[in-house]
This record gives sequence, C-alpha cells and structure tokens, in this order.
Amino acid sequence: MKTADPKTAERQFTTISGVPIEPLYESVPHDVPPPGEFPYTRGIHADMYRGRLWTMRQFSGFATPEETNRRYHYLLQQGQTGLSVAFDLPTLMGYDADHAMSLGEVGKCGVSICSLEDMEILFRGIPLGDVTVSMTINSPAAVLWAMYLAIAEQQGVEWSRLSGTLQNDILKEYLAQKEYIFPPRPSMRLVTDTIEFGARHTPKFNPVSISGYHIREAGSTAVQELAFTLRDGIEYVDWALERGMAIDEFAPRLSFFFNAHSDFFEEIAKYRAARKIWAMAMRDRYGARSERSWKLRFHAQTAGCSLTWQQPYNNVVRTALQAMAAVLGGAQSLHTNSLDEAYALPSEHAVTIALRTQQILAHESGIPNTPDPLGGSYFVETLTEQTESAAQDYIRRIDEMGGMIPAIEVGFPQSEIAAASYRYQREVEAGDRVIVGVNRYQSDDQPIELLQIDESAAQHQEQKLASLRARRDNGRAQQSLDALRRAAEGTENTMPYILDAVRAYASLGEIMDALRSVFGTYQETAHL
Amino acid sequence: MSNPVRVLVAKPGLDGHDRGAKVIARALRDAGMEVIYTGLRQTPEMIVNAALQEDVQVIGLSILSGAHNAIVPRVMELLREKDMTDVIVIVGGIVPDEDAEALKKQGVAAVFQPGASLDAIVRFIRSAVPV
Repeated sequence: MKTADPKTAERQFTTISGVPIEPLYESVPHDVPPPGEFPYTRGIHADMYRGRLWTMRQFSGFATPEETNRRYHYLLQQGQTGLSVAFDLPTLMGYDADHAMSLGEVGKCGVSICSLEDMEILFRGIPLGDVTVSMTINSPAAVLWAMYLAIAEQQGVEWSRLSGTLQNDILKEYLAQKEYIFPPRPSMRLVTDTIEFGARHTPKFNPVSISGYHIREAGSTAVQELAFTLRDGIEYVDWALERGMAIDEFAPRLSFFFNAHSDFFEEIAKYRAARKIWAMAMRDRYGARSERSWKLRFHAQTAGCSLTWQQPYNNVVRTALQAMAAVLGGAQSLHTNSLDEAYALPSEHAVTIALRTQQILAHESGIPNTPDPLGGSYFVETLTEQTESAAQDYIRRIDEMGGMIPAIEVGFPQSEIAAASYRYQREVEAGDRVIVGVNRYQSDDQPIELLQIDESAAQHQEQKLASLRARRDNGRAQQSLDALRRAAEGTENTMPYILDAVRAYASLGEIMDALRSVFGTYQETAHL
Repeated sequence: MSNPVRVLVAKPGLDGHDRGAKVIARALRDAGMEVIYTGLRQTPEMIVNAALQEDVQVIGLSILSGAHNAIVPRVMELLREKDMTDVIVIVGGIVPDEDAEALKKQGVAAVFQPGASLDAIVRFIRSAVPV
C-alpha cells in the first residue's frame, strides 16, 4: 500500500454497512461480461434504459378505498406508469376493520380492504389490462390476489393479460417486518400455491417479490440484505421444486425488491452482485436452462429509515441520491420516498416532488443513456466482488443450517440484523456517523403540512362491512369458507377455494380466520 | 448502590417494525437497567398486566403506526384502574408535536420522536425514577 497523508491515515473510512474502504483502488478484480450477458452483473438487458425506462411506481394507499382510488387517478394523470398498493395494518394482518385488534389502525398506514367490494372501489375506472399493479401484501397475499383476479373477471380482462407483482414474501416477515400470521411452513405452502397457480393462469404476473427492503429497514447491512434476500429466494425455489414444478416454469416470474440506501457505491455494488449471484444460482445450483430464469429483475425503493424528522426538506436530496444509485444499479422499477414520510403517509404535494425526482433522473440527468455507466470502475467492480463474496458466505452458512426456515427458527438472521442495527445506532450516537440535521448541523425546523387520517375512515369501513354482511348470500359465503377449510387441511392448491370465497364476498377476516383455524398462528421468540 | 431500574419495553398495536424497540431495549440494558421486552402485538391490557407482574418502574411504548392516540390513553386508563400511577410511561415513535402534548396532558412523562438520542432517553429515565 502506498503511504497516505498522515492526517487521514488513522481515520477509518467505511461504507454505511461498515465495510472498510481502501485509500485508492487501482485495478478491477477481473473483466466483467457486457450488459445482457450472463451473469448480468452489468444489467439484464444489452440496451438497458435506452430500450425502456424503469417503471415509476409510487407505493400509495391510505384511509378508504374511495380516497385511495382518487389518489391513483391523480398519480396516473401525473405520468406515473404503474400502481403500487399500500394496505393498512389490519389488512396486512388479516383482520377486518371491525375487529378489536384493528383499534386505531384502520386506514393509517395504507388503504383498508375488507372484502371484494372494497377492491372493486379501489380499482374503479382503472383498466387492469392496461396498467401494471404491485400489491404489498404478505400473509393474506393469496386473498388479495384472488380479489384482484375477480375484478379482472368483472372487467372482462383475461388473466393472461394481467401484469403486476404480488409481494407475497413471507420469509422476510419472520426476519424483519414481522407481519406474519401463520407459522413458517403453512405460510410457505400458501406462497407455493400462488406460485403454482400463477405459472398456470397468469404468465405475466410476478407471484412473489423477494424483498430485502424490509430487512434493510430493520437495520441490516447491505450484505445481510443481499444474502438473506437471495437465500429466501432459494427457499421459494426449493419449495416450488418440491411441489413438482420445473425450474424454468416458475423462476422467470420470481422478482426482487431491494432498498436504495444512502451509501451510493455500496448500493450500486449490491445490485450488481445480486444479479450475478442469482444468475449463477439459477444456472449452476438448479440447472435452469432458460435465460429468463437467470435474470434477476428488481424493484427498488429509497430508504425510509434514512429520512429524518428534522429538516424534512433535506429528505428530497437524500431520496434523489438514493434513486440515482438504484438507476445506476439497473433497477426495473422504482419508488421514491416523499419528504414527509418520517412523519406520516405522504401528502399529494410531497408525493409529486418524489415522482418529479424520478422524472428528472430519467429525462434530465443523462444517466439512462448508456447501460451500467459505472462498469469497469476500479472501486465499483472491487466493491461488487467483495459484496458478492461476503453474501455468498452468509448463503453458505444458512445452507449449512438446513435452509432459511431452520435459520429463522434458531433466530440467526434476526440476531444478525439486530446486532447490525444496534452497532449502527451506537455509531450515530458517538458521532462517528453523521446524519445532517440530526447529530450535526442542527437547526430549528419549520412545520410542514401533513396528511391527516382520522377515525372516520374506520367508521366508514365498518359500516360498509356491516351492510355487505346483511346483503350478501350468507349461505354461499359460509359454504365457500367451509370448502376452503377442508382444502387447507389437505394438500390441494388453495387458490381456487380462496377465489370462490372472495367471489362469494366472504370478508378478508373471515377467509383468514378459516385458514387460522387450520394452520394456527405464530408467536416469535424476540431476539434482542 | 441502589437496585437497577426495571423497565418494560412494549410494542402495542399491529405494527411489527421493532427495530426501535429492540435498539432501546439493548441501550437501556447496556446502561445497567433491567429490561423486559414484551414482543409484538401487545394489547394495552397485556402491557399493564406485564408491568404489574414484572414490578417495573417504567413502561416504554414504541408506536410507529399512528395508532398512539387510540392506544396510549387506554394504557394510562388501565394504570389508573390498577392503582399503578407511580409507573412512569414514556412513548417513542412517530408522534407529531400536537399529539405529544396531548399525551403528556394524560400523564405520559415524555415522548421521544425520531432522531432522539439513546443517551437522552437513558438520562431521562435516570432522572425520572425516584432513587
């Protein structure tokens, strides 16, 4: 190593995840094949954004389906190119708005959906054959997806034309976000049911979006995010193969979702390493023959946990830098956070700035003009290789534990994430990590205007549900729930039964209760 | 040297984002306190019962979902019913200023908003708990 300036010699330079940075990078580890070629380190397409820009997809949902439907029409008018549904906590946890556990939570973190009727309102006036829709739903994913399919039927849109993504990634719930309902194994059976059903009926729909986003938000490092996400992906593959499906039948429709955090180059390296690891796993570990199975496609969202409550306008700048990393890393779709999201769900004004940030990147920055502009950079190529090798180590350790479910059961990924998040917070506390406006350059804040959601959304939802229960054919609803229960007790694919229950206007809570009665519920041991 | 302060760190409501609760639990433990973490999805009743059984001096509630105006008053009410008003309640999470003021009027000792330092929370607990 060359001699360094004595003033900087003692100072440690690390990425936000704690990876040491050398004083200078002077070579690349090895040559990397061009974009569009295996293992796709430089991108899954030869022309990348010259062929087609990424999809600008703002995650959105609040209060009632009526109000969220209005926001969707607004976002589409503003040039957004896909929809992404945010559900409230009762919906995510499979409770109706009138359940005791829903107290204070209805419509707060997303839109409340209690039955097919709500979903009809949510997509009113939106032709499902023409938009791509992403739904952030996990434990009850099969039910919300069934509602979506039922609406396509109502609109006369063939299922084969539907394009979109179901998050449906239950494994990361046990690791990070903790919105699980059932124990891991029956949950995995439901996910496998949707993958199998999708392969047969919805060839353009991604039945699962394997997500590192939440792992990172829970405080993991970039390497942990990458490794745990890809190992979750391997787990889904193993279950689908076990079901008797062929790898190339379902692997092309597995999609991914990563965080776009603040350490610019570390993030770009993470996306590049992700494509390489996945391509090699699909080809070499599973013998996939189709190139489409090898290609890792991903959505990115800027890091919610990086947004600060203090000096909220700074969040526009943070988000722009993070979005730039996602685009330089070759994302297929992107959500940019709004400046007010450390406080609340975004106001219309704030979400418009967030969308404009993507449009500026797309049309003014020049970044999309050539694929992987940072390819060949000494630093980026080295960091890509280091990230890949550190992630492979984690993947091997989890393989040795017998896979992701045994690893979750002993709390391995949970403990690793908790330790990383504590280490990071300690560094912030000590001032070793500077967060502008929080632990340095503090100043008085001016208040910003926030979206307010009051309890009227809850009342509205409860009334609608009561009226639906009085109106619907309750005998038919009950029969469909009984049939679902029997199917869940056996080994059949549950999707056709869930579809029947949804069409009979059984509520989300009723359908989830039927499954709870068979599968039981999960309580975790907290790993501090 | 007096006995260590006993703190119940609780996560009420449906939200599963427990990063903050876990970091605080560790920080309080590292500061020499005895910490009991309830785990997720605790109702106000479960939290107050745990506080009673564990004989804690402090309850720390972590709420990020916006449900604080429904949940915290219920906890305060149960503490009054059980004659446990000597237990100090602090709240951490996404709580706007005006809500924070309203919660304090109902007896919450302190509200820590995003960006609050771990040291500030430790110092507050030390100063608030009678020796």
